[in-house]
Amino acid sequence: MSPTVHPQQGLSDKALAWIFVTPTILLLLAFNIFPLIWTIYLSFTNYRANRPGAEVVSVGIDNYQRVLNSEAIWESMRATAGFLCASITLQILLGFGLALLLNRKFRSHSFWSTAILLPMMLAPAVVGTFWKYFFEPQYGIFNYIVNFFGDFGSFTMLGDTALAPWAIVLVDTWMWTPYVMLLLLAGLRSIPPYLYEAAEIDRASEWTKFWRITLPMVLPFIVLAVLFRAIENFKMFDLVDQLTNGGPGSVTELASITLKREAFEKWRTGFSSALAIIMFVAIYGMSLVTVRFLERVKQR
Amino acid sequence: MNLKPKLLAAVAAVAMGMSASSAFAQQKQLTLCWAAWDPANALVELSKDFTAKSGVQMKFEFVPWPNFAQRMLNELNSKGKLCDLMIGDSQWIGSAATEGHYVKLNDFFDKNNIKMADFMPATVEGYTTWPKGTKNYYALPAMGDAVAWTYRKDWFARADLQQEFKAKHGRDLAPPKTWDELKQIGQFFQGRTIDGKKVYGAALYTERGSEGITMGVTNTMYANGMRYDNPAKPYDLKGYINGPEAVAGLRFYKELFDCCTPPGHTNAYMTENLDAYKSGQVAMQMNFIAFFPGINKDPAVGGEKTGFFPMPTAKIAAAQLGGQGISVVNYSAKKDLALEYIKWFAQPAIQQKWWDAGGASAHKAVLDKPGFEKSAAYAPVYLDSMKIVKDFWQEPSYAQLLLAMQKRTHDYVIAGKGTPQEALNALEKDWTEIFKEDGKVK
Amino acid sequence: MNRPIHSPMDPSPRSRLIAAVLVITYAVLSLIPLAWIFMTSVRTPEDAIAYPPKVIAAPSAVGFVNLFTTRSRVSADELAALPPPANWVERTVREQQMILSGPSRFMDRYTNSLVIGFGSTILSIILGTLAAYAFSRFRVPGKDDWLFFILSTRMMPPIAVAIPVYLMFRELGLNDTHTGLILLYTVVNLSLSVWLLKGFMDEIPREYEEAAMVDGYTRWQAFVKVVLPQAATGIATTAIFCLIFAWNEYAFALLLTSGNAQTAPPFIPTIIGEGGLDWPAMAAGTTLFLLPVLFFTVLLRKHLLRGVTFGAIRK
Repeated sequence: MSPTVHPQQGLSDKALAWIFVTPTILLLLAFNIFPLIWTIYLSFTNYRANRPGAEVVSVGIDNYQRVLNSEAIWESMRATAGFLCASITLQILLGFGLALLLNRKFRSHSFWSTAILLPMMLAPAVVGTFWKYFFEPQYGIFNYIVNFFGDFGSFTMLGDTALAPWAIVLVDTWMWTPYVMLLLLAGLRSIPPYLYEAAEIDRASEWTKFWRITLPMVLPFIVLAVLFRAIENFKMFDLVDQLTNGGPGSVTELASITLKREAFEKWRTGFSSALAIIMFVAIYGMSLVTVRFLERVKQR
Repeated sequence: MNLKPKLLAAVAAVAMGMSASSAFAQQKQLTLCWAAWDPANALVELSKDFTAKSGVQMKFEFVPWPNFAQRMLNELNSKGKLCDLMIGDSQWIGSAATEGHYVKLNDFFDKNNIKMADFMPATVEGYTTWPKGTKNYYALPAMGDAVAWTYRKDWFARADLQQEFKAKHGRDLAPPKTWDELKQIGQFFQGRTIDGKKVYGAALYTERGSEGITMGVTNTMYANGMRYDNPAKPYDLKGYINGPEAVAGLRFYKELFDCCTPPGHTNAYMTENLDAYKSGQVAMQMNFIAFFPGINKDPAVGGEKTGFFPMPTAKIAAAQLGGQGISVVNYSAKKDLALEYIKWFAQPAIQQKWWDAGGASAHKAVLDKPGFEKSAAYAPVYLDSMKIVKDFWQEPSYAQLLLAMQKRTHDYVIAGKGTPQEALNALEKDWTEIFKEDGKVK
Repeated sequence: MNRPIHSPMDPSPRSRLIAAVLVITYAVLSLIPLAWIFMTSVRTPEDAIAYPPKVIAAPSAVGFVNLFTTRSRVSADELAALPPPANWVERTVREQQMILSGPSRFMDRYTNSLVIGFGSTILSIILGTLAAYAFSRFRVPGKDDWLFFILSTRMMPPIAVAIPVYLMFRELGLNDTHTGLILLYTVVNLSLSVWLLKGFMDEIPREYEEAAMVDGYTRWQAFVKVVLPQAATGIATTAIFCLIFAWNEYAFALLLTSGNAQTAPPFIPTIIGEGGLDWPAMAAGTTLFLLPVLFFTVLLRKHLLRGVTFGAIRK
């Protein structure tokens, strides 16, 4: 049966296709493309959203130069990069570990895997709010539990410039390790059993099986997890806004927090539009790479 | 054919529904926007009088302080119709006047015989005028406020502590007159055990997000003689905001933070300080006088357990101004009703009730009344503080100036980055750039 | 040579036990924060800030009462002069030396979350189902490009999107309206719903529709009567993912709403008591907010992987 069967009555496939797709495309054009173009336009002006009456002047690439020369922006990018590296590394290690363990399929494993998955679905802003309570040095349970494992004395996760970045890494890991676990478990389950059976016949050791079969077959999934998480954490705003609001000082001021400050507190619309475009280009680049990898994974 | 009566009935029902809802809408109502704190609750009670006299229902939109400025400025910038009346922070006046968010009230005042001379001059200049000090009024002073101190009178009264302190410092354990004295008291209490619990010296303002730490450091900086800019040449900052007085003040605040605050007190503003004080963690707290009525009533630390004192002195006496004026929002559909509210609020009789309810009236009829000092335990501190207040910038670009100061001072005081001179030099550069962008400086 | 053969495909009982112990340890540790929030919501503020933290504490409804009310503090004398409390809510309030002023805004915000969540979900499902079917069955010119374009709309950081959308809303008067936020969430969710639903549609064999069309149905009738019922599970799953996203969204709600249309996530952190963070009240609000999501997560557990990878990977 050819896929373009023409029915006797009613609208043709072609008409229906357009009717079905157009509303979606129109909405996306109105709320995504148009704003994007507007942002690009704004990035070349000195517009300030809190002075709508003021004269709007084109400033060429001045905003972009200022963004790229701003020490504060680079600090923020460094903080973001540090956050990305630490959180993704931890999540991959923990997630892979959990996936390997869950793959053993012990009894009740699906119950416990669902339990582990719960934090992933919560609102990051609300998570940030109640973790503030846990990190309180005077009465929070985090300090209490940590001191259980050894006497670390009194420390302030959110107030100490050395510890605050680890606080956000910790909460992010708590939320998103299940994501990596889920993804890598799918990867593990996609490994054809005959590979292991062949290895058994060759009297391979556990370590060899892992190194030669498991790891290479799961590697695309690991890369995918890294890319997905990198894109999400680069955009990260909700959790950090609530947990530390960029403090103490600016050690946890990630890119999106800086963007919000510039755009909605200082109202430097032109400047922040330039920053937004730069961030978008970075994320777009990462996404292209992701999609290419996705194709590779799907082909297996 | 039976459709017609049904149709008529339906149309009639809809018409009645519509007229009922429009009649409902005509039921007079005003929305007042302010911060969510004790005085706001007092205003709710007080406004019942307005509703009784005018028939206008009052609705309130209160937002907690850390989010207040952002929410409300966002609201004004987006020409929102949520608020008819706004009790906005004194720093917003510049932006609100230039962008036309607030209604100019001069004509209204003249028509209704409301005289600015009847209000405390510091509040008139700080809360209502733009440019500052001119006779353009965009608000009515609603709530006089400044940063001051509360202290545990009951702890200070303990005989053993008194003896120990006198032996160590040669003077009585009493509310400090100078900043150095305050630091000594802070160190005296830091880490001491009282009633089986470890306590600390003082709760300071250290908040990073909105304006907290700035509202704290300015006190020590003013007291050391700092000026923001050259009095002869406005916006000329070099040597003023980063001059020796400012540096001394900032350094002192950090020393105070390092020596005498509870652990983890790194992002504290009004509610966190209240928390620390009420839970018996600190001997003293800095906070806005607006909270003093509530503290006075508190079951844990109120009444005889708490005393109040104004900002200590260093080179001069100075305190950071707080307080707000009440304005009519230009985008409101009910400006005339809103003006009615302001007319009601400005009456001396209502202002007296406002003070009694816990709001800080700025009307001279209330403040000059004999016996005012005895009307509440915190009344003398209020009067004394309002005489020494200094304010932060009210420029239209104040938000940027504030955020820069937040960042630089928090980086130094809390995160320990660099020296106070470096922090203030960086701040001077930040501010100069902001003024350049604004066209105030070449 | 009689060594039992254990491959990763067939682990030994001992390795299963170790795996179980480790996984369960992690799961329990990971659930402690959630459990603690629920526990905090039903204790008194004093117990909530006790140190060392109390595992067992007397249950109290103070958190929930404070969540739903606004109160003002009075002095002990004023309290004594009042008439006796009318119900248990008033009694709980009086016990804190406060009097009831009225309801809080929490119910409003929660309702807003429901309205905006469901509204945007319904819209994005309707539009997404149609578009997904078209991409799945018809030859749409440039289909892969369109699909990538739809995915790319998810790449801007929400704050970046908010900048022009704020200006747009200001011009159109959509700031702080339910309509505005519903439209915005619909658009953001379209990428999710189109990709997920296309995946589900791809799995429905075409033979059914084509048989129906041979029998005289139009394409539209075949779509409605044959495909939709088969896609019901997929549609329900996608709907829940869209709902969860809209429910959890924070950045847009923070910047584009105010008194009228604000949803729960920007509101919950502001639940302060008088003079301090009322932890039980905040925990109560958090609990009420998180419970629906937890419920749906358990319901959807078989489809979570598909949902969080935009349908790219199905187990």
